[in-house]
Amino acid sequence: MLQVNNIEVTYMNIIQVLRGVSLEVGDGKIVALLGANGAGKTSTLKAISGLLKTEEGEVTGGSINFDGKRIDRFSAADIAAMGISQVMEGRRVLGHLSVEENLLVFAHNRKDRKEVKNDMEMVFEYFPKVKALRRQMSGYLSGGEQQMLVIGRALMASPKLMLLDEPSLGLAPLLVQEIYEIIQRINAEQKKAILLVEQNAVAALGIADYGYVMENGRVVLSGPAGMLRDNEDIREFYMGLSAVGSQKSYREVKHYRRRKRWLA
Amino acid sequence: MTFFLQLIVSGFSLGMVYALIAIGFVIILKCSKAFNIAQGHFVMIGGYLGFTFLVTFHLPVWASLLAAIAVAIVMGLLIERLTLRPLIGQPVLAVIMMTIALATVFEGLATLIWGGEYKAYHGVLPTITLRIGEISVPPEMLIGIMVSVVTVAILMLLFRYTKSGLAMRATAEDEQVVQSAGIRVTTVYALSWVIACVVGVISGIILGGVSGVMVGMSQVGLKAFAVVLLGGVNSIGGAIIAGITLGMLENIAAGYLDPLLPAGGGLANIFPFIVIIIVLVFRPHGLFGLVEIERI
Repeated sequence: MLQVNNIEVTYMNIIQVLRGVSLEVGDGKIVALLGANGAGKTSTLKAISGLLKTEEGEVTGGSINFDGKRIDRFSAADIAAMGISQVMEGRRVLGHLSVEENLLVFAHNRKDRKEVKNDMEMVFEYFPKVKALRRQMSGYLSGGEQQMLVIGRALMASPKLMLLDEPSLGLAPLLVQEIYEIIQRINAEQKKAILLVEQNAVAALGIADYGYVMENGRVVLSGPAGMLRDNEDIREFYMGLSAVGSQKSYREVKHYRRRKRWLA
Repeated sequence: MTFFLQLIVSGFSLGMVYALIAIGFVIILKCSKAFNIAQGHFVMIGGYLGFTFLVTFHLPVWASLLAAIAVAIVMGLLIERLTLRPLIGQPVLAVIMMTIALATVFEGLATLIWGGEYKAYHGVLPTITLRIGEISVPPEMLIGIMVSVVTVAILMLLFRYTKSGLAMRATAEDEQVVQSAGIRVTTVYALSWVIACVVGVISGIILGGVSGVMVGMSQVGLKAFAVVLLGGVNSIGGAIIAGITLGMLENIAAGYLDPLLPAGGGLANIFPFIVIIIVLVFRPHGLFGLVEIERI
């Protein structure tokens, strides 16, 4: 469904942030994209959704294909209309609009009012908390409610592929769990493919089918989620677990620091 | 008392026109975050268009209005496409500079097309006399009031209940999010400029029908600017209320305070601004401006 082929991304013609990233998202799959801050995860998402062009970034090499069409030259609005819906990092609700209006903005390009209404009911079914607040000004919602709203909002565009950028950002563990369960349900019930960017590797690998690990603008490791979960480097550096599988003791950190094997 | 009510009524009619001009400012402010310096010049162009259609071509009022609106739509589309679209993504200051350039160009164009002298068309707009008790609505203003009330009502409905209105409000909040929703911001911008032009031109015809047209008419933009500050820079409802308030203040100042002055007048033009300064000191967001929502 989505193929990213060896793309390079440059900001302002000078700062290269991606140096050849390739990944693939199959129909109805959940794919996780992991990495530390500054690894290039968000830039990869923005390259796919076209939002890069709104912040002086550019895909300078490689290509992105969606449903057999090359999309890396398209504008963000056109890509969104083709069925890719991005949930941006940091929630970004339209603060002075009501919850319902926030949802309707994303249904802008859809003509069939009845279906839009059905979809709104569907969103409210996934997020009952949001339904109770439908007439409220969305800027005053709590962080968890806002995160639910923006995921629901992306659903309103009736996308084939959803790009989720750190849905766990700034949320309590219990809420993270709740939101991940809903993401999993959306994937299973609505057959939406999901590309998930996360720092929280435990949560992301818990629901993903396949995963990619990025560092310094490159994909350094990829494989089925189960394999990544068992990979010792991932356990050490992204899940905070030691080789034995117990919680890592920080007393030992100074004595022995594991070297990432993929750097060798 | 009658005198006071009379002042209030004529102040209201003037205020509606201010409100209309101010709405033009607010719409551009909401989508581009820039003050459109040329808004007053749209008004001036509107006045001249009114003169051309009503006097030169002898068209009836409704046809003149429609023709002027058509010209305004073309004007808005051209302005957006030729001068502002290339500036998307540039700093706000660039947009403001561009509107200054537009203002100068319009001033030149108006002189070129209509000449520099004063053109009057009193009495061309139909006068309807309306008396409530001893208070009479100024006859040449009544049609102006009706046109502005209708225009304002249409705009409010557009913003509240249509998809395009929702898209415009959303764009004012966050351009990137709107693009990720599949909405072309360029279309939203074009629509905003068209509305600003139409609103400006309509108020120009109304004002022109009352006091005639000249190039200096664009200064009315400055007063509307004050209305915008008073109402809160991003509130259409605020612009309407502030516009009416300003119109009334101006009339009351002229009616009661001017006779007391040794020079015998001139306060009408200053008094509203004094009030605005006082309001802004105590409410920097204006009366109805949106306060930034900050989550703690």
